Amino acid sequence: MPTRKNRRIDRAELRTRLRPSATFSREVIAEIQRAADTGIYDIRGFGAKRRVPCFDDLLFLGASMSRYPLEGYREKCGTGVTLGTRYASKPLELKIPVTIAGMSFGALSGPAKEALGRGATLAGTSTTTGDGGMTPEEREHSELLVYQLLPSRYGMNPDDLRRADAIEIVVGQGAKPGGGGMLLGQKISARVAGMRDLPEGIDQRSACRHPDWTGPDDLKIKIRELREITNWEKPIYIKIGAARTFYDTTLAVKAGADVVVLDGMQGGTAATQDVFIEHVGIPTLPALRQAVEALQEMDMHRKVQLVVSGGIRSGADVAKALAMGADAVSIGVAALIALGDNAPAFEDEYNALGSSAGYYDDWHEGRDPVGISTQDDDLAARFDPELGGRRLANYLNVLTLETQTLARANGKSHVHNLEPEDLVALTIEAAAMAGVPLAGTGWIPGRGTF
Amino acid sequence: MTQVFDLAANSTRELNQTLQRANGGSAIEQWRVVNPNGAHNLAVGLDAPSRVEIEGHVGYYCAGMNKYAHIVVHGNAGPGLAENMMSGLVRVTGSASQYAGATAHGGLLVIEGDASSRCGISMKGVDIVVQGAVGHMSAFMAQSGRLVVCGDAGEALGDSLYEARLYVRGNVAGLGADCVEKSMKDKHKREVEQLLAEAGISGVDGAEFRRFGSARELYNFKVDNAHAY
Ligand SMILES: Cc1cc2nc3c(=O)[nH]c(=O)nc-3n(C[C@H](O)[C@H](O)[C@H](O)COP(=O)(O)O)c2cc1C
Repeated sequence: MPTRKNRRIDRAELRTRLRPSATFSREVIAEIQRAADTGIYDIRGFGAKRRVPCFDDLLFLGASMSRYPLEGYREKCGTGVTLGTRYASKPLELKIPVTIAGMSFGALSGPAKEALGRGATLAGTSTTTGDGGMTPEEREHSELLVYQLLPSRYGMNPDDLRRADAIEIVVGQGAKPGGGGMLLGQKISARVAGMRDLPEGIDQRSACRHPDWTGPDDLKIKIRELREITNWEKPIYIKIGAARTFYDTTLAVKAGADVVVLDGMQGGTAATQDVFIEHVGIPTLPALRQAVEALQEMDMHRKVQLVVSGGIRSGADVAKALAMGADAVSIGVAALIALGDNAPAFEDEYNALGSSAGYYDDWHEGRDPVGISTQDDDLAARFDPELGGRRLANYLNVLTLETQTLARANGKSHVHNLEPEDLVALTIEAAAMAGVPLAGTGWIPGRGTF
Repeated sequence: MTQVFDLAANSTRELNQTLQRANGGSAIEQWRVVNPNGAHNLAVGLDAPSRVEIEGHVGYYCAGMNKYAHIVVHGNAGPGLAENMMSGLVRVTGSASQYAGATAHGGLLVIEGDASSRCGISMKGVDIVVQGAVGHMSAFMAQSGRLVVCGDAGEALGDSLYEARLYVRGNVAGLGADCVEKSMKDKHKREVEQLLAEAGISGVDGAEFRRFGSARELYNFKVDNAHAY
């Protein structure tokens, strides 16, 4: 028998003996090594990867002695949403309370943008342009298209404004409230460069502030200008990253928004510094509560519609967001996954990029083997927009069915009838943030006396 | 025949609806707009080669997103004059406030007086001729097009500039990140003189201008440039 000293330790034993540091975890060590190697911060796509209090920390109570359920399959449970009822003469009528968030052509390939339009249209909802302008493909394949007005104003023009079904003024994004877009040289193809009026191949950093207004008083005038140009027809949304949400929502309403789009810190991005993604902004859960409180305080809840995004994955998330007071939700990363992003079938190619299916987040590099987050024609050609659209529609249908299931379980004949009283929280944090009682108690931390 | 539109008797909404009715039509309409009184959003979203003369001062975003129209303001203009203009001509006989010509894609913007800060911010192809001076951070992140300043330029001219070309005759208080002076060749002198002629400004010699453009050092992330980001 070998002595303790000279015996080789096998791997299994090693794992039981080595003690990882909580402070210097393996990810932290790897990041220090990466920083020392390269001298530049980590840029990546996807949303925050840390765990934050979220909709998983809430539960529905369901029906019981004091509440009537609805029959699961037969009894009607409405899912329609109207966005933009405040000033616009042509509000958007959506069949489902889930929309597709703004993702730029540039970050995504032309076929991927087309697929988002196809999927949204099949499911009866809207999709959104992004930093970089409107492509003819996405307009053609999107029954309802929201046109973003961003600080960069890439490709902005009055014809596309008039072609749009709604206009979304982007003030911020949950992944990087206060940060501008980023599109690295690998993805600035001739077409992207042309649409943005920039040289090919440069690392492009979009402005983080709007060029022609600075505060809510200016914005109010800006919104009127947009309405004047589009004949007061189109709903005007204001998109904010979750930060000082109560005040930001209040100011958005005062500036004249028809719809407030609120994006929590978990929200996805195509390319942002990791430090920004993980450390700026507040999670969707508390932000949503604050936005609803702001709307209620102004007597504008349901008059100015609220669309919430940032980490929406399932019908449970949708239903909980609606119960907390959102009118609809919006999805980014989940929609890309539905299209085929991070598919296990591409494991070998992900490995070749130093990643793995389920982990791939280097969307900024433009080498996406699935052909979604790329501007490389050969890679983009791998992606079938028709199939992608059908997959997205399937996923949207599942989200809707799940949302209806939960609504009926709580005895609601429309998903908008879900209410905070249907919810409880599993943790004290979530109870405080969402403003619903800790399960089994009447306690909402931060409200009333103990 | 010139028609008169009186803003003392009608609203901004009515003015824009009236002017936008020409959108897509072929006949050239001529309008005189009186009593603007500093109102915002006048003559926005035009999409036809109409001629519009506004007799007095205007507020924010006058001539915003203009296509084809020739719009002349006989007075001063508030912030965001001709923002995102696509084509046509916008002229103010007085001075313009902040962000004149912001993000504009085309056409010609002429400011006979001075322009305030951020003139030509993120410009994307427009030509801007300012007879007086421009304020700080003019041509910030300017992407393309030409800015001609007959007077002085304020601090941080052309900060984070892309491919726009800047010409200044007077003093430049300072250049922004990645903006450098470039040599003024004959073709640049001719370019300036042609723009001045288009703007109807005479008696100014193209040879008196200095040219500024991007050093293109910040086009790609480089660790060595970290101080500039
Ligand atoms: C690939 C990608 C590109 C994006 N591009 C934009 C954009 O151009 N403009 C914008 O406002 N938000 C952009 N976003 C953010 C989304 O609109 C949305 O706020 C976010 O994805 C929602 O969070 P979720 O991904 O967890 O659903 C982008 C997100 C992704 C994943």
